Amino acid sequence: MELIINLAINGISTGMLIFLIAAGLTLIFGLMDVLNFAHGGIFAWGAYAGVWFFSLTQSFLLSILAAVVTGLLIGLVTEYLIIRPVYGNHIQQILITLGFMLVLSEMLKVVFGPDIKAAETPSYLSGSWTIGDVTIIKYRAFIIAVGFLVFIAMQLILKHSKIGLIVRAGVMDREMIQALGVNIRKVFVGVFMVGSALAALGGALFAPSSGVVYAEMGMEFGIFAFIVVIIGGMGSIPGSLIAALLVGISNVFMAYYLPILSMAVTMLIMFVVLIFKPQGLFSTSGVSNK
Amino acid sequence: MESTLLKLEQVNTHIDQFHILQNVDFEVKSGEVTVLLGRNGAGKTTTLRTIMGLNGATSGSIVFKGENITKLPPYEIAKKGIGYVPEDQGIFYDLTVEENFRVGMRKDDDGTKERMEWVLELFPDLKKFWRKPGGQLSGGQKQMLSIARAYVNDNDLLLIDEPSKGLAPVIVEKVIESIDKMKERTTVVLVEQNFYMASKLGDAFFILDDGITVHHGRMEQLIRDEELKRKYLGIA
Ligand SMILES: Nc1ncnc2c1ncn2[C@@H]1O[C@H](COP(=O)(O)OP(=O)(O)O)[C@@H](O)[C@H]1O
Ligand SMILES: [Mg+2]
Repeated sequence: MELIINLAINGISTGMLIFLIAAGLTLIFGLMDVLNFAHGGIFAWGAYAGVWFFSLTQSFLLSILAAVVTGLLIGLVTEYLIIRPVYGNHIQQILITLGFMLVLSEMLKVVFGPDIKAAETPSYLSGSWTIGDVTIIKYRAFIIAVGFLVFIAMQLILKHSKIGLIVRAGVMDREMIQALGVNIRKVFVGVFMVGSALAALGGALFAPSSGVVYAEMGMEFGIFAFIVVIIGGMGSIPGSLIAALLVGISNVFMAYYLPILSMAVTMLIMFVVLIFKPQGLFSTSGVSNK
Repeated sequence: MESTLLKLEQVNTHIDQFHILQNVDFEVKSGEVTVLLGRNGAGKTTTLRTIMGLNGATSGSIVFKGENITKLPPYEIAKKGIGYVPEDQGIFYDLTVEENFRVGMRKDDDGTKERMEWVLELFPDLKKFWRKPGGQLSGGQKQMLSIARAYVNDNDLLLIDEPSKGLAPVIVEKVIESIDKMKERTTVVLVEQNFYMASKLGDAFFILDDGITVHHGRMEQLIRDEELKRKYLGIA
């Protein structure tokens, strides 16, 4: 029983990290119809930025902040240089963002060196609580809490603020929102930056829990995030959360009991969802669903 | 007495490789309802989309309130004071009626509040279903929401694309009645296939055929001109 609870907590925290990457990805996809395969690269950059800043300052909070700022800046530059020239063309988007993903990975090796880097957990988040027979690793609980807070904050913003309304409306009908006087490109730059910052935050949170960072982590998690966006429904934040938890939990369990099949199960979930709900679990596009 | 509010001169629009609008001329006088007529596929929707900047004109000029708006992006054109009610109504289905208004509201001043009150009195259903998702409204209610949303902003011109489409005759009457009230307060371009509606509301008309402006004049003339109606509108 303890094992199952531990695996579940482990799965939920992994799911929350995937959610942080998928949240930006799904909005980028839903709002601008842009396929961004470089998104995972920003996750990796966030992780490296966090580790580097922690080694400099010994402050976990500052290292998280540094990762978020790194994400915002890479997001700004990526949108301008990489995404803007390929609006409306999926094939070009796939090619250029996959290429840029490799550039981001290689740049990590150039800047920080090719070796795997060790990442530390801050002392106040190390260790665990023991409740009866169950041991809860503090840091995993911390990740779950942060992921959940990010989800709540995003929901509140999307539901209640004017900018949130504009983003939701833009996901449903990009033309109409412009015909009402909204410069959707400007909104998109903001969404792209925030989405990148969330991915970077995910990376910075991931590093202490895995203990290491490496350049290829962006590609690994990026693929998971893409699958999660497809399962959850493009443009849906709740869909991404549910799908990320599903993928995170199933992956951790499979990795424990049947490691050889852990990726296969993720793919299986995606296929099953697509067969029964081709638009994903929570499709937000009001038109296609009705 | 009426001054020109909008003028298209020799406008050409291509969609992909297709040459859709061919040297279209079109003019709208302040305070009038100008009806844009023509068969299915004549280019009426494309004309409105070209005015809004949603399909860019490849050549020619579009002047609104004395300013050349031909090359402006859609959101700039909207902000100049043009409200758009598209053929598919453009309602955001997952947003409530209230949110559909709020998302497109450019100001929150007294004028906006006054127009909001006025339009909700005109369409009491919208007030009744204030918190209902737009996707759950009836076809007529969606049409009213779309028109009301365009009206609430400080616009000088409304472009309304086939508002009678798919609506029951009683609802069409209601839409006619409300546009009739609205025309005292704003200028309207109305695309219509329903000649009854066009003749009731229109002051002036333009007829498009195969992307070309073939006729224009005052509505009273068209009502009397059986030949013209038969030739381009298929009305006996
Ligand atoms: N996206 C498009 N791609 C290709 N052709 C189009 C497109 N939109 C409209 N057309 C063509 O342009 C012509 C005019 O269409 P439209 O402006 O919708 O006509 P109307 O509104 O008068 O019925 C039609 O022949 C139509 O087939
Ligand atoms: Mg049309």
